[in-house]
Amino acid sequence: MGQSNTYRRYERQIVLKEFGTAAQEKLFHAKVLVVGAGGLGCPALQYLTAAGIGYIGIVDFDKVELSNLQRQVLFAVDDIGKPKAIVAAEKLKLFNPEIQFSVFEKKLGTANALDIIVGFDVVIDGTDNFATRYLMNDACVLLGKPLIYGAVLRFEGQVGVFNFPERDGTPGTNYRDLFPQPPDPATVPSCNEAGVLGILPGIIGTMQAAEAIKIITGIGRPLCNTIVSYNMLDNIYYECMVSPADNNDINFPKSKEAFESFNYEWFCGITQLPNEISTEEFDELLKKEKLNIIDVRETDELPVIHEFPCSRIPLSRFDESISAIGSKEKIVFICKSGKRSLSALKLLNEKYPDCRAYSLKGGLDEWKLKIHLKK
Amino acid sequence: MHILANYLTEFKNSNMEISVLVFGQITDITGKGSLKFTDIKSTGELYQLLLKTYPQLESIKYLMAVNKKIIHENTMLMDEDTIALLPPFSGG
Repeated sequence: MGQSNTYRRYERQIVLKEFGTAAQEKLFHAKVLVVGAGGLGCPALQYLTAAGIGYIGIVDFDKVELSNLQRQVLFAVDDIGKPKAIVAAEKLKLFNPEIQFSVFEKKLGTANALDIIVGFDVVIDGTDNFATRYLMNDACVLLGKPLIYGAVLRFEGQVGVFNFPERDGTPGTNYRDLFPQPPDPATVPSCNEAGVLGILPGIIGTMQAAEAIKIITGIGRPLCNTIVSYNMLDNIYYECMVSPADNNDINFPKSKEAFESFNYEWFCGITQLPNEISTEEFDELLKKEKLNIIDVRETDELPVIHEFPCSRIPLSRFDESISAIGSKEKIVFICKSGKRSLSALKLLNEKYPDCRAYSLKGGLDEWKLKIHLKK
Repeated sequence: MHILANYLTEFKNSNMEISVLVFGQITDITGKGSLKFTDIKSTGELYQLLLKTYPQLESIKYLMAVNKKIIHENTMLMDEDTIALLPPFSGG
């Protein structure tokens, strides 16, 4: 398509005096990442593509299901079972062949988030869970990228812009200024359980795309330091100002390394909390299978254990030795009272969420006492 | 005259009314989207009263906004203030 056709395509927005060719040029040169090609991501992607954003990244690891079609308007019946990110990019290319797409058919995680996000100017959060939301939030704060937040439930939605300064230079707040600690997932209904009217993510996702265009072109007042709550049934559009929370840096990973080793699933209570086992359960396990027992007491602490094989990694040196703990067997941490072994378990769980590890409750004190009572 | 002024202030305080707007899953607990309370002097007091009236709120995390400003600490309330209760959403 020649240049005159290109401009004809966008003439209805170029003609706006606040917008013009200058703003259109900014869109052509902009790089926007949409994480989640679902209810929020689909409408956002459609309008960003139509508006002429030069380069669009799509992250989604999921496949299209029949129950998605009510709100994920890029997909058709024929797409069921196919990867969302790939299908979305193919459809969008047909809408606007001038746009370049980058498809990431993977789950956004601590290992890839920084590398993916760093290549974009603006990020749109179209995900559906707290773990990924905190992860994206922290990655965008670390990289200094504006993040456009959106979330929906039933007939309501929220939109806001994080990590983007106001016109007067007031620094941008982020999700951790709203909720420094994540909510217990059991208390927040998901759209799977509680439902969502299909058009609702359509409205919120479109608002997110509008915020992206405002940020890129510099027109209007983006929703920085603001959260909008929208209630479709009662036509409520409620804008609230957000100010920094004193404790917004609790648990915030302050470096790339800290971010990469941060366990967001565990932080958000999705994976199970550390497992403690009783002395009885420990005895059962000892009889049943080979265990990798790790004593986390300091090396000079007594008594020395003769009753079962175990290795010794003092908690004070746990961080440097943690990567050496790899085992096919179940790991059981022990100490004097069960307190340090629980800390060791938490540290291990943060690093390796999938490992099968336990802490002996009550520690050696309790275990020795029970043995003594049996005799 | 002084006594009358005091009396009027007293009278006004005892009729102080605030509105509470409820969003998201919290409406499941309150049963409605807006509530009215009288003689609540601070957000801390409101929080306690809400908890007493709706014990299920204990397990729910939410933000409070006073006159459209999200607050992080106990805030004094005035007559005709509007307080919004905003729970977190995660759906996408």
